[in-house]
Amino acid sequence: MASTAATKSNDLVSRSGLRYRKIRDRIVETFLLAAGLVAVFTTLAIVVILLTESAAFFDHVSLKDFLTDTMWTPLFADAHYGILPLVAGTLTTTIVALIVAVPVGTIIAIYLSEFASHRLRETVKPILELLGAVPTVVYGYFALTAVTPLLQMLMPELPGFNMLSAGLVIGLMIVPYVASVSEDAMRAVPRYMREGSYAMGATRLQTALRVVVPGAFSGLAAAFILGISRAVGETMVVAIAAGMQPNFTFDPREQAATITAYIVQVSLGDLPHGSIGYQSIFAAGLVLMLITLIFNVIGFSLTRKFREAY
Amino acid sequence: MATANVPDYLNPDSIRTGLSRRKMLDQVFVIVGLVLMFACLGILAVLFMNLVLDGSERFGWDFFTNFPSRRAERAGILGAWVGTSLIMLVTAFCAVPVGVAAAIYLEEYAPKNWFTAIIEINVTNLAGVPSIVYGLLALGLFVYQFGLGQSIAAAGLTLALLILPIVIVATRESIRAVPKSIREAAYGLGATRWEVTKDHVLPYSTGGILTGMILGLSRAIGETAPIITIGALSFIAFLPSSPITSEFPFISFQWLSDPFTAMPIQMFNWVSRPDQAFQANAAAAGAILLGMTLLMNAVAIWIRYRFRKKINW
Repeated sequence: MASTAATKSNDLVSRSGLRYRKIRDRIVETFLLAAGLVAVFTTLAIVVILLTESAAFFDHVSLKDFLTDTMWTPLFADAHYGILPLVAGTLTTTIVALIVAVPVGTIIAIYLSEFASHRLRETVKPILELLGAVPTVVYGYFALTAVTPLLQMLMPELPGFNMLSAGLVIGLMIVPYVASVSEDAMRAVPRYMREGSYAMGATRLQTALRVVVPGAFSGLAAAFILGISRAVGETMVVAIAAGMQPNFTFDPREQAATITAYIVQVSLGDLPHGSIGYQSIFAAGLVLMLITLIFNVIGFSLTRKFREAY
Repeated sequence: MATANVPDYLNPDSIRTGLSRRKMLDQVFVIVGLVLMFACLGILAVLFMNLVLDGSERFGWDFFTNFPSRRAERAGILGAWVGTSLIMLVTAFCAVPVGVAAAIYLEEYAPKNWFTAIIEINVTNLAGVPSIVYGLLALGLFVYQFGLGQSIAAAGLTLALLILPIVIVATRESIRAVPKSIREAAYGLGATRWEVTKDHVLPYSTGGILTGMILGLSRAIGETAPIITIGALSFIAFLPSSPITSEFPFISFQWLSDPFTAMPIQMFNWVSRPDQAFQANAAAAGAILLGMTLLMNAVAIWIRYRFRKKINW
């Protein structure tokens, strides 16, 4: 027993042992680096795939038609390739969702961060995070079977598929998300700033609105941008509850397809690889990525501009 | 009351009324905040209860052992839950090693330079990419370029890429929580970087890594859009071939290339049918899916709590 331990420790300090361990370290490091590069390759692959398939699409469709035509019917005999109806649908559901999520999420975040007791906050926060994990297809079921009938009681002429119900449910879905991220941002505002404000005689609400919110503004902007990205990219709720007919309108009471719903609709059918319909979903995906990118750039510049350093 | 040379806002009475008004606004805000918070939680609770109630007539042994059928009361989720389990197996098998390795690289090895910054920016950005875009990536890359077809392997790889950022971020956080003194003690005894990582850092961060893995899988299990995009079938009346065979190597990987369906796909299929009877099936499938996600999250929270309590630096 003792002798094996001795040889082992000899092995550890001997030159050949050391060299072996150093070589092993290099090999392991290479593997770890390769794993890290998977993330980079994923991004590259997304860009390359979207661009090459879209390029094939734009061989058939002129960019002018794509951006100005107000009809999107790639699978019909009379094919039109105007992306505007899909973009309109995406923006409408997103705006409805944000009208719900931004005020409600922010108020909940302010309440949790500035007013709630420690215990309430520690109970509610995990619940909020749990809600973020609910599969979106379940939210789609809510939109179609609970929210739409409820809205139809208020607005009898509302069709069975409509963007209002989808947007409201997406809003409800991202409230926990916006609230949780905003609350983190507000809690990062240092204590002494609040105390300074209280010392000047401000109430909690005044401190929250005039000191904490401006101080956490860059974090709040980031939360809203994350919320927007989620709403823009949300697929199942709109595919289930908003209908899949492209419809160039900004009226949330109508049914319309979003970019994501169109991709789902095409994928449900069996389109041959390389057909124009197949390529069109990549062009739609590219537009989706660009919209997300634009919002992220706006968010990034906002956070840069309003960043407060303590 | 106010004398000519004292401005109104310094008048004790107006200060008092102003103060009470401001205090009342505080109270109003507290009520608004509480009402909104409980309204949100309440609406969601009602919706979840509704889901379970709608689906309650379908719960039963048959629901788990039947294939989908044209008749709602006989349609079950056998193909769906088997498909989901196999996909999760592939996802976990790919995402966890790669994610943990990437996190170890970024925390323990990576030098501070532009190259590392690129990897970090990529991980952050990938977390914000809409999930359906992963579906498009997989359709172009896995299904056609790699020729995997519309198979379980393609679906598992897609979801693995999707949850990679979650696993990486969770692992990095738990590695970062290991105090520097532990690493320095090991280096002081002559351990190499990998030995420090493997023997000291990783054992302490197991809890966080497990949590990240479960949270990632709970995200993957409910993802519908990307696997619709790569072409999951919604009506499937057979099982993928069994991973365990009766003949010699006893293990078969044929199932990797089989077509599949999954729980969320099955639910989506039922929801989008005009026939009302299928809504009950959709609700039952949704309740089971929801139950699985919540259970996984509860386990993750419990593990985090357990490990946090056990560790005393």
